[in-house]
Amino acid sequence: MLDIDFHALLPEIILAVTLLVTLAVDLNTRRKHIVAIVGVIGMFAASIAIFTLAFCDVLDFCTDTGTRSLFDGSYVVDSYALVFKMLFVFAGFVVLLLSIGYLETDRYYEGEYYFLVVAAVLGAVVMASSRDFITLIVALELVSIPGFLLAGWRKGDPRSNEAALKFFVVGVLALALTLFGVSLLYGLTGTQQFSELAAAASDASDIGLFNLGVLFVLLGLGFKISAVPFHYWTPDVYQGSPTPVTAWLSVGSKAAGFVALLSVCYLALPTVTDIWGPILWLVSVLTMTIGNVVAIKQTNVLRLLGFSSIAQAGFMLAPFGAAAASDSVSDLSGAFYATVTYLVIFAVMNLGAFATVILIGSRVGSYELEDWGGLIRYATGLAAALAIFFMSLAGIPPLAGWFAKFAMFQATIGIGDGWGYSISIIAAVNAVIAFVYYGRVVMTTWFQPVPASVDLEAQERYEVPGPIGFALGLTAVGVIIIGIFPGLAANIGDFSTEIFASLGF
Amino acid sequence: MEWLESGWGLSLIVFLPLLGALALMAIPRANEAALKWTALGFAGASLVLAIVMAANFDYSAADTYQFGTDLPWIEVINARYTIAIDGISLSLVVLSTIITVLAIIYSWNHWPEPHNPKLLLGLVLILATGMAGTFVALDLVLFFVFFEVVLLPMYFMIGIWGDRSIREVPVFGWKVEMRLYASIKFFLFTLAGSVFMLLSFLALHWRSGDFLDERTFSMIELSVLGSTGAFTGTFATLVFLGLFLGFAVKVPIWPLHTWLPDAHTAAPTVGSVILAAILLKLGTYAFVRIAIPILPDEFVVWAPLIGLLAVIGIIYGSLACLAQNDMKRLIAYSSVGHMGFVMLGIATLTDIGINAAIIGMVAHGVITGLLFFLAGSMSHRYHTRDMRRLGGNQSLMPKMGVLLGLAAMASLGLPALAGFWGEFMALMASFNPLEAIGETVLFRWYMVIGAIGTVLTAGYMLWMLKSVNFGEPSAEFADKEFHDVDTVEWLAWVPLVIAIFVIGVWPRVVFGATNDAVIALVERAFGG
Repeated sequence: MLDIDFHALLPEIILAVTLLVTLAVDLNTRRKHIVAIVGVIGMFAASIAIFTLAFCDVLDFCTDTGTRSLFDGSYVVDSYALVFKMLFVFAGFVVLLLSIGYLETDRYYEGEYYFLVVAAVLGAVVMASSRDFITLIVALELVSIPGFLLAGWRKGDPRSNEAALKFFVVGVLALALTLFGVSLLYGLTGTQQFSELAAAASDASDIGLFNLGVLFVLLGLGFKISAVPFHYWTPDVYQGSPTPVTAWLSVGSKAAGFVALLSVCYLALPTVTDIWGPILWLVSVLTMTIGNVVAIKQTNVLRLLGFSSIAQAGFMLAPFGAAAASDSVSDLSGAFYATVTYLVIFAVMNLGAFATVILIGSRVGSYELEDWGGLIRYATGLAAALAIFFMSLAGIPPLAGWFAKFAMFQATIGIGDGWGYSISIIAAVNAVIAFVYYGRVVMTTWFQPVPASVDLEAQERYEVPGPIGFALGLTAVGVIIIGIFPGLAANIGDFSTEIFASLGF
Repeated sequence: MEWLESGWGLSLIVFLPLLGALALMAIPRANEAALKWTALGFAGASLVLAIVMAANFDYSAADTYQFGTDLPWIEVINARYTIAIDGISLSLVVLSTIITVLAIIYSWNHWPEPHNPKLLLGLVLILATGMAGTFVALDLVLFFVFFEVVLLPMYFMIGIWGDRSIREVPVFGWKVEMRLYASIKFFLFTLAGSVFMLLSFLALHWRSGDFLDERTFSMIELSVLGSTGAFTGTFATLVFLGLFLGFAVKVPIWPLHTWLPDAHTAAPTVGSVILAAILLKLGTYAFVRIAIPILPDEFVVWAPLIGLLAVIGIIYGSLACLAQNDMKRLIAYSSVGHMGFVMLGIATLTDIGINAAIIGMVAHGVITGLLFFLAGSMSHRYHTRDMRRLGGNQSLMPKMGVLLGLAAMASLGLPALAGFWGEFMALMASFNPLEAIGETVLFRWYMVIGAIGTVLTAGYMLWMLKSVNFGEPSAEFADKEFHDVDTVEWLAWVPLVIAIFVIGVWPRVVFGATNDAVIALVERAFGG
């Protein structure tokens, strides 16, 4: 019998079983939403497994506590991994709920669709625990490949085809770059495990090649998180994909990319902040600025959300950039903490934003902002939800988004020096610019008259589909509660100090 | 009264309106009477508590924080739910609860179009929580949250019920509705200021770690550090600039004032009243509560410049008033001038000047609140605010005319009315500013310019009275019947009229609370 901690792997095992069950169920039923329900149950079961791992010390049947390290340290289940596993499962759960109503209206293959969503979630969950490059890349591809397929799901729609092709080409290129970088790092240090790399990084024999390796890894991951200048695929893919898939790409897939980046930068390369710090500083500044400026010009709400999530990625990168000049453990742990907190809050509010946008889009029959005028007149609740999520994305208290930005500024100001202060000020200016487009959406839906194209009588009869409504309510309550008691989200990132203590440099 | 002392009372004052807003959500939109009474009930309860608190306030210890509590809120960053009031915030808390109640009373039969009492009352109540919260918060993060909470309701208020006339956007040349332009401009200006304010708060938080065991956001602890000269050099300068930007936009100080005339003019009456009476005070209050105690040395350095901007604001506001034809816009610009006097008082950094600033804030809240109410009611009746078309109001609506005359007189600083003390004492304080500033002569010049400003203020106020109240009614209104002030309006305005007289004749009603607190504040910051 292999000595494997099966409890630690339970969430992955549950998801893998769910994956198989979805396929089997799909073969045997015509009522495809049953497949989705299987997926939802799987997510739920996985989340319970994650909870038992997280609260192991207070549960009777659970004996192990603390960090669980498997496969010679290549696969680690600690608080950091658990938080993100929970986030991915939550995102998967919400995306499945969003899909149920959506796919039925479009009459495309349904069963396989849910299968692919679960597969992508599984990849992301594995990603959270990956502590060496091989596992990381396998996980990354398990997230990406279902994404390529899902992006092209509306196969009759040329935009969807374009999205899938673009996403695929860019994704494969990114993978190739990452692999090339990884092979350089492996060649120079003789290890591809993060904890060993962290120790070996400082005495790599050829510093030039080492830098090149780091650069290529960052480039590849830059595509995944759609950071400028690797962002060109994002708006097209977001607009062309089925909207629930867009929600997954902008939250789950992006967060998976960020987890990879966090692990690589802070766990594998914490001793060479002077290499990745300045690069990511620049990427962060470009990402938030260009994302914002281009978002202002958008007339399609999906594209607007696409650029907005690019800009948000820029904010998440800011603490990385601020860490450029620093090698103190407390600075790094502060930066790490800020990005984690931002990601968690962003996931909740962006999923909510997508749920709202899907509902409004299907109700109005268009994603063009001008068609959404006067939404408040005939869909008060949806208009209110839209305002809540967009203002949260803009970072206005008392909605959750303010604390995400607050945590980011806290880290960048705390690190200080040239890198930290400069990026704080740039981010501050960008936070203001961002309001222009978030505010414009709210302005159109709340202040403008209803355009003639909207059939008000038909709107009277509209009913919100249950699953999406549930997802919307869940995220809206989350956004408000976290906004008023940010401690709830703030404590989630608490583990950052313990992670850095265990790094021991 | 133990529960009152323990912080519960103060928390209820702040959060009762918010609970009211939640309660409104449960009431169907069609049931207007229930909506109104619920809103009034919650706001009224908050006001009653505020009055009870003012009655129980220990005036002999006005420089200490009272009725407060201090609970953990966001433990990771050591941000706490610290609230309390002292002599400086007491009058502002009471003012904000009064104005909220009056705004709801006035709304009883004055609904701006589109008709949606539920939303309007809900927004007023959320505003009330934000305003009262800002005045009681003693933790920088908590302060920031309350400071920002007022933005969204006001944005919606201007955007939904605002002025629908078309306006050309400068520079870009787009033609948009006034309300859309004004609402986003208001939001962007304030947001831009407050983001930098937040950066300064965070910088103070991190720097406090050099002196304390645990980094803090507490205004009290940071003030203690500030008075011992902890924050110096470039760091202090940058932090001060960030704070200045955040507060100055809100006040607003010239040249950051341009959002104000647009927002005030575009907002519905209730919005203008709340904006003028309370929201502007958040900025000046923050200067007194945060900037002076935490960065006293830096304030001394910048005081001459702030004084200069203040007197420019006074003159500029007055001259701009003289150029207006729109009555509401004139009142809006008059705020720029009046807030200039408040800032001048603060910039002297003396106890007289800061006392002047606080009574100036309260007086401006009461007087300009009344003026905006009157302007709203008059434009409701005349369907225009254009002073070239108005005239002879005194004969058409005698009671309204008397009230307008009174408010205008109070606004121009007539002795024995509320507006007098703030202006007079601010000028008095400029004669002898804090010695450490070392610019006494310059401040005396400011005094002279400010005095010219009072003459200009009198000029435009009397000019407004002349063109609106006096003379013969123009042909289009002459033979029409107008409702004079109705019962609801009396109910909403009489408290303000009483306050104008009481503060004017017996300023101790404000100074009694502020004086000791201000003297202690100046002493701690500048060593007496």
